[in-house]
Formats: sequence, structure tokens, C-alpha cells
Amino acid sequence: MHFHKFEKIWLTFGIGALVLFLVILGYGAFYLGTHPQSHGVTIDPQNVEAHEAFKPENLGLTKVDEDRYIVNVVASAFHYDFGVDADGNAINHIEIPKGATVLFQVVTKDVIHGFNIAGTNVNMMVEPGYISSMEVEMNQAGEFTLLCNEYCGIGHHMMYTTVEVYQ
Amino acid sequence: MALRNVVLPNEDPRQLLAIPKQEAKLYMSFMYVAFISLFIGGLMGLLQVLVRSGSFTLPFGIGYYQILTVHGVILALVLTTFFIIGFQFTLMSKTVGMSVKQRKVSWLAFWIMTIGTLVTAVTILLGKASVLYTFYAPLKAHPAFYIGLALVIVGTWVAAFVNWRQLYLWKKGHPGEKSPLLAFMVTINMIMWFIASLGVAAAVLVQFIPWSLGYAETINVLVSRTLFWYFGHPLVYFWLLPAYMAWYAIIPKIIGGKLFSDSLARLSFVLFLFFSIPVGFHHQLTEPGIDPTWKFIQVVLTFMVIIPSLMTAFSLFATFEITGRRKGYGGLFGWFKHLPWKDVRFFAPFVGMLAFIPGGAGGIINASHQVNTLVHNTIWVTGHFHLTVATTVILTFFGITYWLIPHLTGRKLTKSVNRLGIFQTIVWGVGMLIMSGAMHIQGLLGGPRRSAYSDYGGTEQAVSWGAYQMAQAIGGTILFVGIILMVYIFIKLTFFSPKGVEEFPVAEEEENAEPTPKWMENWKLWIAITIALILFAYTIPFVDIIQNSPPGSVPFDWPIGNS
Amino acid sequence: MKQNGKTYTNHEKEPNLKGTLLSVGALGLFIVISWTVVFAIFLSR
Ligand SMILES: [Cu+2]
Repeated sequence: MHFHKFEKIWLTFGIGALVLFLVILGYGAFYLGTHPQSHGVTIDPQNVEAHEAFKPENLGLTKVDEDRYIVNVVASAFHYDFGVDADGNAINHIEIPKGATVLFQVVTKDVIHGFNIAGTNVNMMVEPGYISSMEVEMNQAGEFTLLCNEYCGIGHHMMYTTVEVYQ
Repeated sequence: MALRNVVLPNEDPRQLLAIPKQEAKLYMSFMYVAFISLFIGGLMGLLQVLVRSGSFTLPFGIGYYQILTVHGVILALVLTTFFIIGFQFTLMSKTVGMSVKQRKVSWLAFWIMTIGTLVTAVTILLGKASVLYTFYAPLKAHPAFYIGLALVIVGTWVAAFVNWRQLYLWKKGHPGEKSPLLAFMVTINMIMWFIASLGVAAAVLVQFIPWSLGYAETINVLVSRTLFWYFGHPLVYFWLLPAYMAWYAIIPKIIGGKLFSDSLARLSFVLFLFFSIPVGFHHQLTEPGIDPTWKFIQVVLTFMVIIPSLMTAFSLFATFEITGRRKGYGGLFGWFKHLPWKDVRFFAPFVGMLAFIPGGAGGIINASHQVNTLVHNTIWVTGHFHLTVATTVILTFFGITYWLIPHLTGRKLTKSVNRLGIFQTIVWGVGMLIMSGAMHIQGLLGGPRRSAYSDYGGTEQAVSWGAYQMAQAIGGTILFVGIILMVYIFIKLTFFSPKGVEEFPVAEEEENAEPTPKWMENWKLWIAITIALILFAYTIPFVDIIQNSPPGSVPFDWPIGNS
Repeated sequence: MKQNGKTYTNHEKEPNLKGTLLSVGALGLFIVISWTVVFAIFLSR
């Protein structure tokens, strides 16, 4: 089989670019730990409250250390449960200081949901039976829309809340 | 078995066979379903972009997700599959022929697919299956939805068996000869499709149907998703390869040239067979239950499937350049001028090729492991596949329609239809540029896909998405005009164009072309390598998924408004 | 550009594909640039 000389040049360049992309991605993923979320930690989807992190009193934002936070969320059609505030009202807004390291842990009680803080790299599928988790540094200030980006039923587009990253 | 059109040994094997009337009827039946689907699916698309503009509400209590399900199922599954199976049958008939018995079995394929489509369509229209075309568990549709889909797939398998039988009989009658290029390509595509659709068939038959009927209490969600995406990525190559068939083997004839290289065309199809399937994890990169190392391995395999597309790009430009230079157009880009810009059979697929440049680049980005979190489930992805399948593939299919339909109906592509076709192509290109462009940008800003209109509580971000959704409504409306034009053209070519003979263009090799190596048709080896790659990419992670399974999920029908 | 002697003798029948090489080169550049831009956005978030 004959390849034209220029086709050899082209394929060398093209495959070279692909290899370069893969090396950059692989370096980030395996050495800097920027894999997409993949922990494989399971949970009983019909009894998520049995897990310490998803007991009603542990939901929402918790400060664990200076500039370190955990956010536990239970998703269900069609809302995110962040627990209740001091007055017993459902929380639908959280505020995080800029630069904080935040561990998001999300589970679903029913169908598949998405968990995306729009405009950030926090983007996870939330599937029954698994704990979705991702640790990120919140480096951009502003108000972000946290929304469900995987179809979960007729109220899918009403499944959202807001996250404020303040200076 | 009596083969129609027995080719005598001393006849040129490259000679094309004629398509008899009874066969043309079969192929046209596939085309009818395809173009009815185009119209219905396009109408749904129009309604979606209007709803998402925020200034339109659906009447009669019709749900947004119901029309979204219709749109996805009827365009991504029905239109594509019927057009492809019908078109591939004509390619086989032209190059290797079809026996009477094969024709009868093909009708069976058509009816199984059509009945399956009708069952699924009725279920969706009754509002019992608003689960979108990916039907992710544990959302539960009415069992008829899954049964209908299973029938469509079984029908395509019958078609695949016919195609393989056609080539087998031809080879028996032509010992030592290489199979015709287009027959080779069809065979590859159907092998890939068959191996891939086994996955979704297993999910539907073993998991979804018993579970939706209540025989199984729970379903393993991640297994069902993994089986779906084992099928879902090769599905997009099942759409793309027929377009590549036209690019490699039909376009050169239309522009007055020859095949660039028979062997390289075959090689790229063999590579597509190898690398289309073991890559499904790149649709599941942001899922919690799959080992990240295996995700990365499948990302590497995904990058391998880009290589045959790089080869295709070179081959296309080379065909254009060689043909142009032979016609006497010199200079670096003089050959560009010779291309038949006023011939819609070339122009429509050409615009499709152009769309594949950003489409392909976007695909590489989507598959880039952790970078996927930037775009996953944002409307960027919708913009991406509206470039690839809804522009590259569909404009090539339209380009085929202009000559295939009159060829089958014994009519001519007239000058006026040709002109209208050019206009249609421009309308499509402009509409898609606006719609898909707006989708890409809105996606990078975080706007989600598959969502009805929402102001998301009036956040600043959501406000900034509004303008892009308006642009999508404008682009989508232009595209709907394009669909009306195309349906009109189809009707015209089918029933009203003047009688005559329209050419079925198939490119020939150069007189002094380098012979294609014999090993190119080592089917057993190709299939063995394909299966080995699938086993390599899936065995360990799949066993891992099953061994570390959480408790299964019970069905949920109330979220889709179906309790 | 003149074909050098070596190429000429090796592939006497090889067609002139300078335009093709430039075209695919532009295509490759487009891919590299778009990937780099999106990767930069990923890093900035
Ligand atoms: Cu949701």
C-alpha cells in the first residue's frame, strides 16, 4: 500500500498532535490528580440517610478547617436538598469564600441527575447507588447557578440553586 | 439461488448493475419513512427552539420533554437508520446485486423496523415515554417503548444478514476478485453496527423490558448505561460511514475524477471498525462508578479513531487537487475553482465536509478526559452533534437524495430542482451556523442541554444565556425552512420530475492504480481484532462495575409525568 | 517549489499535492488552536 509523501507528513503531524494532547491530559490526570470524578463509592439509593454524610443534619455547607469546606447534597426530582437553616427553612443558597477548597459530595434518592455549577469545572453525573464527589478550589468570585444538567423528568429545568463565591 | 444480472466472467467486474423496478420500490420505502421522519422531527426541533426562546408555550398540554423525545428518537434513530439501510441496499444492488429471495427478506427487515418505529412512536405520542432517546434508567417508560426499539434493531440485523449474504454470493461467483469498494464499505459498516447494537439489545431485552413489565424489581443503572454507550458511540460512526462512502467513492465521480486510493479508503474503514466500538466511556467521563484509568484508556482509543478521519481529509483534498490539475487548473489552489459549485450533488456534501472541521475539532475536545467536565451535558454538546450528524451527515444524505431518488423513480434531477437544492444547502448552512454557533458559546458559559425554558431564579448567568437561546430560535427557524424545502424537493423528485435516466455515480480507479493488497479482505482477522479490542477495553472495568455494584434501582415513572 | 531529485526518482508517478498539504495543514492548525483555547478555559476555571 502506498502513502503519498505528503500524506505521511500530514499523518505524522496529526498523530503527533493527538499524542501531545494525550500526554498533556495524562500528565494532568495521573500526576496532578485532575481526573474527572470517579470514586466508585457506593450507597443504598433507597436509604441514603444511613450514610453519615447524608443525614439531614449534615447536609449543606460545613466548615471543616480554615478555608476548607464540605458540601453534602441529596438530589431528588426536582430539587437539591442542602438541609435547613437555624429557623428550619430549606437552604437554597450557599456562600463560600474565594480561594476555599470545597469537597462536594452528592447523591440521588431517585433517578439520575446532574450537578453542575455553571461556568466552573464542578460538573458531575449523580447516579443512584453512587456518591459523586469532587474537590475543587473556588477561584472565581461571583454568583453561580448550580443546576441539574442531566434530564430527570418534567421538572428538570426547575432544579437549580445558587452558589455565591465572595471575596 | 438465481442471481439477477449474472455477470459473465469476461465482463468488467466494475460495471454497475441496473436496479429493477421491484427493488426500487423496496429502497423507496425506506426513503419514504426517512423523509416523513425528517419532517416530523424537524417540526419538533422548531417547537423546541421556540419554547427555549422564552416567548412561546406549547399548546394542548404537550410537554417539552415529550417533543424532545420525539425529536431525538425520530431523527437520530429513525431517519438515520432508514436512510442508511435503504442507501446501503442500493449500493449493494448496484455493485454486487440482489436476488429475489434476498429482496423478500429485505422487505421483512423493512416491516420489522417500521412496525417497531410505529410502536415506539405511538407510546411517545401518548405521553408514556418522555425519557428522551437515551432512555436512561431508572426513568421508566411504558414497556412498548422498549419493545418497539428492540424491533427496530432486530430489523436492522436482518438487513445486515442480507448485505453479508449479497457480498458472499458475489465473491463466490467472482473467485479471486476483490469485492467492489462500496460493497466492502457497506459490509464493514454493518459488521460494526451489528457488534455494537448487541450491547443496547442486551440492555433492552435483559434489563429494561423485564424491569418495565415488573418481572424484575430493580435495574443495575450503571450496567445499563455502559451497555448503552458501548452502542452509543459506534452509533455515530454508523451515521458517519455512509457519508464517508459517498465522499470516497461517489463524490470523485461527480467532480469528474477517479478514486484517490482504493486501498487507503478500505484501510480507513477497517480502522473505523477497530476503533469505533471500544470507546463508549468517553460519553461517561463524569460518572462516579467507572475507574478513571479505564476511562483514560478508552480516551486513548477514542483518539485512535480520529486517525482514519485524518486520512479521509487528506484523501478528499487530494481527489479535488488531482482532478483539478488534470483539468488544467494550476497553481497552489487553482484546483479549487474547478469544483462543480453549481452541482448540488457536490455542493451539499461539500458544505457537510466543511462542517466536519469544527465538528471534528469539537469531538476531540469532548473526548479529552478531564476537559470533558467543561462541556459535559452543556448545550455545547448539542451544538457539536448538530454540526456532525445534523450537518455533515445529513447534508451528505441530501446530496445523495438529489440523484438517488430520481434514479430509483426513473426521473431526472432538473435544473430548477438543482438550483433549489443549492439554495436549500445555503439555508441549512446559515441556519446551522447561527444555531450551532450559539449553542457552542452558551455551552462554554455553562448553559445546560436538554432543558425546557427556565430563568434559573433570574441569576445573572441565566440572563446572559437568553440572547443565545434567542439566536438558536432564529437559527432553528431557518433550519425548519430548510426542512420544508427538502421535503418539497423529495416529493418533487419522487412524483413530479420529468421521466428520464439519472446517473448513479460511482467512481472508478485510475487505469494504472496500485493493486489493493489481498489481505485487505481478511474478514476473520478484522473481526477478531475488533473483538479483541472490545474485550481489552471493557472486560476489566465491566467486571469491576458488576462486582462493586450498589443495590439496584426501582422504576420511576412519575418524574416523566406518567404515574 | 521544485521536486527534489530523490522524490522524483522514487515516486515518478506521485501527483502534485502541494495544495492538499497546505489545506490539511490549515485543518490541523484549526484543531490544535481550538483544542488549546478550550484547554486554557479549563485551566482558568
Ligand atoms: Cu435533576
